Amino acid sequence: MGEPRALILGIGNLLWADEGFGVRAVECLHRQYAFPDGVRLMDGGTQGIYLVEHIRATDILVVFDAVDYGLTPGRMKLVEGDEVPKFLGAKKMSLHQTGFQEVLAMAEMMGDYPAHLLLIGVQPVELEDFGGSLRPAVKDQIEPAIRHALSYLQGLGIHAVKRPRPLGDHVGISTAETGLRSYENQRPSEQEACRHGDARFMPDEAR
Amino acid sequence: MSTMQTPNGFTLDKSGQRVVVDPVTRIEGHMRCEVNVDDDNIIRNAVSTGTMWRGLEVILKGRDPRDAWAFTQRICGVCTGTHALTSVRCVEDALGIEIPDNANSIRNIMQLCLQVHDHLVHFYHLHALDWVNPITALKADPKATSELQMAVAPKHAKSSPGYFRDIQNRLLKFVESGQLGPFKNGYWTNPAYLLPPEANLMAVTHYLEALDFQAHIMKIRTVYGGKDPHPNWLVGGVPCSINVNDTGAVGAVNMERLNFVNSVIDQTIEFIDNVYIPDLLAIGQFYKGWLYGGGLANQSVLSYGDIPENASDYSPENLMMPRGAIINGKLEEVHEVDLRDPNQIQEFVPHSWYSYADESKGLHPWDGVTEPNYELGPATKGSRTHIEELDESGKYSWIKAPRWKGHAMEVGPLARYIIGYAMGREDYTEQIQLVLKTLDVPVDALFSTLGRTAARALEAQWAAHKMKYFQDKLIANVKAGDSNTANVTMWDPKTWPSEVKGVGFTEAPRGALAHWIKIKDAKIDLYQCVVPTTWNGSPRDNEGNIGAFEASLLNTKVARAEEPVEILRTIHSFDPCLACSTHVMSEDGRELAKVKVR
Repeated sequence: MGEPRALILGIGNLLWADEGFGVRAVECLHRQYAFPDGVRLMDGGTQGIYLVEHIRATDILVVFDAVDYGLTPGRMKLVEGDEVPKFLGAKKMSLHQTGFQEVLAMAEMMGDYPAHLLLIGVQPVELEDFGGSLRPAVKDQIEPAIRHALSYLQGLGIHAVKRPRPLGDHVGISTAETGLRSYENQRPSEQEACRHGDARFMPDEAR
Repeated sequence: MSTMQTPNGFTLDKSGQRVVVDPVTRIEGHMRCEVNVDDDNIIRNAVSTGTMWRGLEVILKGRDPRDAWAFTQRICGVCTGTHALTSVRCVEDALGIEIPDNANSIRNIMQLCLQVHDHLVHFYHLHALDWVNPITALKADPKATSELQMAVAPKHAKSSPGYFRDIQNRLLKFVESGQLGPFKNGYWTNPAYLLPPEANLMAVTHYLEALDFQAHIMKIRTVYGGKDPHPNWLVGGVPCSINVNDTGAVGAVNMERLNFVNSVIDQTIEFIDNVYIPDLLAIGQFYKGWLYGGGLANQSVLSYGDIPENASDYSPENLMMPRGAIINGKLEEVHEVDLRDPNQIQEFVPHSWYSYADESKGLHPWDGVTEPNYELGPATKGSRTHIEELDESGKYSWIKAPRWKGHAMEVGPLARYIIGYAMGREDYTEQIQLVLKTLDVPVDALFSTLGRTAARALEAQWAAHKMKYFQDKLIANVKAGDSNTANVTMWDPKTWPSEVKGVGFTEAPRGALAHWIKIKDAKIDLYQCVVPTTWNGSPRDNEGNIGAFEASLLNTKVARAEEPVEILRTIHSFDPCLACSTHVMSEDGRELAKVKVR
């Protein structure tokens, strides 16, 4: 066996405000740091079963995600090892979470489960905002989340190197068309496009 | 009077006990079903509702049309590629952009790859557990399982008793650890499960093999789409260059990569021929007496068609997947479908949570309006935030009701196979006849839940072979000296007219999918998606016609009302994907199905 294999995965839907935390965090990490061979950074989006093979093929898994822990909005919480799946399914949240919990179970059933698992979750402020971006309290957690990921990986012998200059907004690990800056700048106005959900999920004052 | 006749020929009776299943999908999205069962536990009224709102159309307004595909492929976690393809096609249609032959071949390979992958994963990982009971697999005799497999799937190598014993031990360990994982929340003591333990063990074994194999299929998409798991697409072609002479070009697809794709395609064909189809037929033998779930299939089906043989020609003659509409059960007459005609495809909202100025009329997607209006019917039980029972006489779903010339239609693999069969297409007819003959059932057996499941397997087989066809075509073309993959002459928005509109379509794994776009001054002015689950899961329309899900549940007998495995079986056979068809948050994304009997 050579170097340990690591997967740093951001999950969530970037079209729904703070649901995009995981994807934005891993994008930002990629722009600032280079990693040794054997470390993969991935924008998992809301993918389900496609991710199983990637989980099976890693020894270390770090997941960035927006998680409803029932905490103050914007708070970050780290969960490790066996506790992770419980938190992924703990509360109502979004489409992908039931799916991701199942993805982990499928990897386990196939007999390939990462030896080390860290979930870096942030309590969302706002989800019901179609086409919206991260709220400031959540966006402010990207840098601390990245520091946690780097120190966790360092503890396992994986050292990232800070890039002399960060990569541009359009050099993403995923599609350039959904890069954070253009995503935010090209957003239609609220008058043009309804941004909210239905009454069951909308706070009263927003109606 | 509690009995009512719908214009499309169904009798609804809501006097019986009401059963609520919420949500009904295993992984993707949120959908709820309410049915009334009579004293004999037969479903006499069915109400299907999409419980979320996705807002995609409004997210795109004002953006660059060349970027729209990247947003549409984020709608959902399953049909990413098909939305992206539909999106680039609608922009190309609006701007009159023709794509090169190689781009057409590559797009077809990617679309067919998605079909194969989606059908395989649907059968083994989403739908199998409606027919297969993994718990009784623990009681199977490994030797008898080995004999069963050698009888039904003789070409599949992994068949020794020791192999099945190992799988059984693995399964036992999993079950004993108390974490059933994907198998939790099943109704494993329900008499609706008919397979003997050995067939269950064989199916669970193939569940695991398919889980392993599906990842392999998707590598095709990574070769041509670059990024994984969200491939790249491009208005005007494909964002992938081909260079067969060079092995070192960064990012270019070389001969080594092309050969790799060849080998994955061959293995895919083998897996489907030797495992998937035999499993379908083996399971079908035990369930061929359970022919519920036809719904609209024997009367009204629709397909837009897909897989153009020649680039940029979307006429029906050039589409390998058939285009057409059948109405009122007249298989002898397949109607032409025109997505631009304002009188053909229209969306209605009298029973949907939207408002139109005049709700007695439908709107063509180019004139589409998406104005939310969450208003409940007077007989709704519960509150606005906790509905106990919907009132289907009022608005009751986030899904609009699309209609073709006023008809509710079923879309999807079964619709495509019925249309292909009605047109007398040889490839479709041969496949269908083989299944009918093997199972010894008449052609009417097709119009059922099982028929839908069978059509999906046949289509996976068809698609795998067509993938090979386009891969060969691509290689031949490149070897003949044409390595062009994109037409960028219209890339610059300065070359565009100030106002244009277009429509793009595909046949997604779940059915007919189209995006309609209006572009004004180089920006998206209007974007409307009508997705397969909008067709199948539609609520009632202005005339009271019920949609495909609702129709398919009627007259089904359920063994136990509190364990609605029959409802799940039929709804899952459509592979509903509510992330696309409805619009975000679920009240409860955790539980598999919460059943309430009232």
